[in-house]
Amino acid sequence: MSQINRIGGGRIDRSQVLNFSFDGKSYQGHPGDTLASALLANGVRLMGRGFKYHRPRGPLTAGSEEPNALVELRTGARQEPNTRATTAELFEGLQARSQNRWPSLAFDAMAVNDRLSRFFAAGFYYKTFMWPKAFWEKLYEPIIRRAAGLGSLTAQADPDEYDKGFLHTDLLVIGAGPSGLAAALTAGRAGAKVILADEDFVAGGRLNSETYAFGDGSGTDWAALAVAELAQMPNVRLMTRTTVIGAFDHGIYSALERVSDHLALPLPGKPRQILWRIYTKRSLLCAGALERPIAFENNDRPGIMLAGSLRSYVNRWAALPGKTVAVFTNNDNGLRTATDLISKGVNVAAVIDCRADTPDISGTETLRGAQVIDTSGRLGLASVTVQLADGNKRTIACDALGVSGGWNPNVHLTCHQRGRPRWDETLSAFVPDTCPPGMTVAGAANGQLSTAAALAAGTSGAVAALADIGVKAAPVDLPRTEDAAASVKAFWYVQHGKGRAWLDQQNDVTVKDVKLAHLEGYRSVEHLKRYTTLGMATDQGKTANMGGLAIMAELTGKSIPETGTTIYRPPYTPVPIAAFAGRSTGKGFRPTRLTPSHKWATEQGAVFVEVGMWLRAQWFPKPGETHWRQSVDREVLATRKSVGICDVTTLGKIDVQGTDAAEFLNRIYANPFGKLAVGKVRYGLMLREDGMVMDDGTTARLAEDHFITTTTTANAVGVFRHMEFCRQCLWPDLDVQIISTTEAWAQFSVAGPNARKLLEKIVDKDHDISNEAFPYMGCGEITVCGGLRARLFRISFSGELAYEIAVPTRYGDGLIRAMVEAGREFDAVVYGTEALGVMRIEKGHAAGNELNGTTSALNLGMGAMVSKKKDSIGSTLCQRDGMNRQDTLVLMGFRPVDPAQSFSAGSHFINKDAVANASNDQGYMTSVAYSPNLGHTIGLGLLRNGGARKGEIIKAVNPLKGIETDVEVVSAHFVDPEGERLRA
Amino acid sequence: MPEHRLKALNPLGGDSAKVETFDVFTISENPDLALASLACRAGQANNFTKAARKHFGFEMPGPGASAGKTPFTAIWIGPDQWMIEAPFETHEEIAAELKAAFGGSASVTEQTDGWACFAAEGPAAGAVFERLCALNVAAMPSNSASRTAIEHLGCIVICREAGIRFSVLCPRSGAASLHHALVTAAQSAL
Repeated sequence: MSQINRIGGGRIDRSQVLNFSFDGKSYQGHPGDTLASALLANGVRLMGRGFKYHRPRGPLTAGSEEPNALVELRTGARQEPNTRATTAELFEGLQARSQNRWPSLAFDAMAVNDRLSRFFAAGFYYKTFMWPKAFWEKLYEPIIRRAAGLGSLTAQADPDEYDKGFLHTDLLVIGAGPSGLAAALTAGRAGAKVILADEDFVAGGRLNSETYAFGDGSGTDWAALAVAELAQMPNVRLMTRTTVIGAFDHGIYSALERVSDHLALPLPGKPRQILWRIYTKRSLLCAGALERPIAFENNDRPGIMLAGSLRSYVNRWAALPGKTVAVFTNNDNGLRTATDLISKGVNVAAVIDCRADTPDISGTETLRGAQVIDTSGRLGLASVTVQLADGNKRTIACDALGVSGGWNPNVHLTCHQRGRPRWDETLSAFVPDTCPPGMTVAGAANGQLSTAAALAAGTSGAVAALADIGVKAAPVDLPRTEDAAASVKAFWYVQHGKGRAWLDQQNDVTVKDVKLAHLEGYRSVEHLKRYTTLGMATDQGKTANMGGLAIMAELTGKSIPETGTTIYRPPYTPVPIAAFAGRSTGKGFRPTRLTPSHKWATEQGAVFVEVGMWLRAQWFPKPGETHWRQSVDREVLATRKSVGICDVTTLGKIDVQGTDAAEFLNRIYANPFGKLAVGKVRYGLMLREDGMVMDDGTTARLAEDHFITTTTTANAVGVFRHMEFCRQCLWPDLDVQIISTTEAWAQFSVAGPNARKLLEKIVDKDHDISNEAFPYMGCGEITVCGGLRARLFRISFSGELAYEIAVPTRYGDGLIRAMVEAGREFDAVVYGTEALGVMRIEKGHAAGNELNGTTSALNLGMGAMVSKKKDSIGSTLCQRDGMNRQDTLVLMGFRPVDPAQSFSAGSHFINKDAVANASNDQGYMTSVAYSPNLGHTIGLGLLRNGGARKGEIIKAVNPLKGIETDVEVVSAHFVDPEGERLRA
Repeated sequence: MPEHRLKALNPLGGDSAKVETFDVFTISENPDLALASLACRAGQANNFTKAARKHFGFEMPGPGASAGKTPFTAIWIGPDQWMIEAPFETHEEIAAELKAAFGGSASVTEQTDGWACFAAEGPAAGAVFERLCALNVAAMPSNSASRTAIEHLGCIVICREAGIRFSVLCPRSGAASLHHALVTAAQSAL
């Protein structure tokens, strides 16, 4: 029969039936159900197995604090382990499975662990698996991981999207129970910007689980009316299914909104979850309180749950956890479970109250001064054994037991910035003390446990919080309702018996484990936690910690406040890693920067490479070319033979202007710039303060007070930041203005003997670019293609006669097409970064591999460039003795003694007859390429005292690849060492 | 506008501006902006202010603000530095024009193609931006502007009309990435 434990009433929509399955068996529920409530309604109490001992477990709670009822939801790539059945909203077609059991939930072979429990007490890892040492990683750990654990991962990529977002508000109200709703109404009516967030899918908190009178109606009705009013307010944002998971600095809170978890599939384009960052002027924590259990022997059987949760299942979800119920309590609130159930006609077998003065409850027997000392039932509760006040024992048959050990205010968020809660003797609970700046607390979270007190605290809390930011608000009228003073007797565990009484059901930690920890010297709560695993994992001990530390306090003879709590840390409840990642996955991990010629290059079938965030053409394959080297060799040879074109837009460009621009560059660069003539370009070497090379590039002087500085692609941002720092902080007296123009200009290198001839077809005739009028290292503003403003720089990275030509970026695509067309008669090629790299190595130009942060100007063979006639950043510290040793590394060229042999970058240099080890290291190879012009591999590298070792044969050793090659030390300039070509 | 034979491409790589429309929100590529950075030189504040009044007809805005009078809009982007906007069709050579007007009182740098501009317009703008950046876009008054990071791209958000009309400037090479982020956020939020 379907839903055998479903009773009348409840806040579920019975007009719709939802079909779902658990462990392959089909069930039905209704909208408004959680998976746990629907399973209970269907008579299913057994929902999981214990972590360590694989004992049968059912839900202990009805909320996010649940330690037991962890299940896997969905299938395939959407399979999600460790989901709390108590918070998972039911939807049509939901597939859920129990976890951590084999072969089935009802018969779990690993339950043998329970029989062997004496071997698995706290710390058993540390004691048992110490030796042999090598066995830990390969044998013990894999076995333990298989035996103990939670759900499983599919290892498939999550197909859903996750968003991040940012919200700004005046008042963040955390929790939409009675105090939260009262606070939001108060602030909303005052016109303040309010966010009201609650982890539940229905606002109202405990109001949805209680039956006492609330004005003229019910608490649920009042909550619904409050929500309806708030929904109408444009200044209020009501966020259900949203857990505020952390309180951070400066009024910043983090919240996880589960947008689509209650749907079979997210709607198209919609995220599954959103991780919000909330900036708020004030926050009011109305997070309520969590009921705590009492530990007694075998208190973990399915059917045993917290009394308030049991009441929630009955009142809110009309789901009976059992046909015959008993209640075990130390406080009045637990009694409410009995009265509510009796009023619904449920058989309440007995109320067992450890207090002596419990009032009578009509319809059941009250056992005063009594304690539950044991339970029975293999896969679910069948009976409880009670020790009566007179010492006699009695067995009471029941299939559900509600346990209440009192309520713990939800202080977590008040402690996220190292605040410590304060012990309240009346409540026998910790209450908030020091809160993060801007946070106040109202309602049960503040120890105001009656509903009337919570309502009043909510409205007055909102008034006070708003007054603090200059917003006037008036308290709202509130209905009369329950206002009982808390009556609780501190009672943590039943001392009777030698069996196991469970404190932390998620980690299978017992009272005995705490005693053992104490015995072995782990007495600080932080040590207790780590030794026993009390309070770890998904529930972070929300139902367990208090009991554990109370027992430790008793054992050590200290008070509970002296014993203290462990640190509460974000997140309040588990957050999927996917939500932290948001859209920063795959291609969304970072933006992609496209060059001006990207469209054209794509049309040519270019192979792209990521350079930082840029996507640059690496080479342009032609029909018939089957290996990248064929394409690259062709591009190199054609460029050196005639002309090649390359998009070099990615190099950083910084516009430097002002009457002190030249002086500014003089201080930034190691070499002088003051006398650079207008219309000229100069190579510049930029040092860090410590004298090491920071970056290099060319700087062109377009006017007396106007320079364009270029940087390497990788350092464009860093150099700009450095220059901005120097300008604003070091030398604010200089008249200098800088701005990046990297993106504003599409820049192409045109290199090769026919470069000028090609450009003469592009550059307008009134600009003379002959060698005489526009010599090497010249620059100027020109026009191209019939009047478009452009810039021309005669600089060469390849060593060829070369120019760089720049036009406004939108015309970059047009320019490369025009140049390719103009170059047809010269068999011009367009080359990519690989050919660019080959040619710069052939020419001996340093690049990123050499400017690696550990090299000085001297290392790079440019020591003479550091001017001693002026002061510049790094010029002093680069004179340190250690940087000027005779045997310092110097950039040299290398070629294989046997041209058929090759070597690789990263190889280390070892003298010919020396053993290849670190003590004989002579330096390392930084860049390697195959030179199609020379017909063999060539390399650049940093060699000790390299300048004096030309002609020496040494070894290039790569132990990782097992390659050892004899190489000859040569000049770094393999092609045109005299520089005749670039001046042609 | 100079006569030449090179065809322009928009930041998203097309010939015509791309427009994406949602119920109450539109994202449009706007290639019709000429931009230049205008920075006051040291000790030139008086001459600079005079030139600004004469050429623009308005006072330069302070931090977080923009000011405008057809055809120019000035957006504060740093101490003594503004981004000047004007219609591309009539002011393609905006840098030369401003340099002529401000002379030695200012440093002027062409920025037109340094940026891609997207108009993000509609009453749902606030809901979309809250999934894009930490900037409180919904609270921006008309004629305000601020730098912010959107999906790792350093952007400038300009509020043309509070709550409804915004422009986002992002580095031109990242136009496709920003456009993707805008569209994705709109689909997510709306």
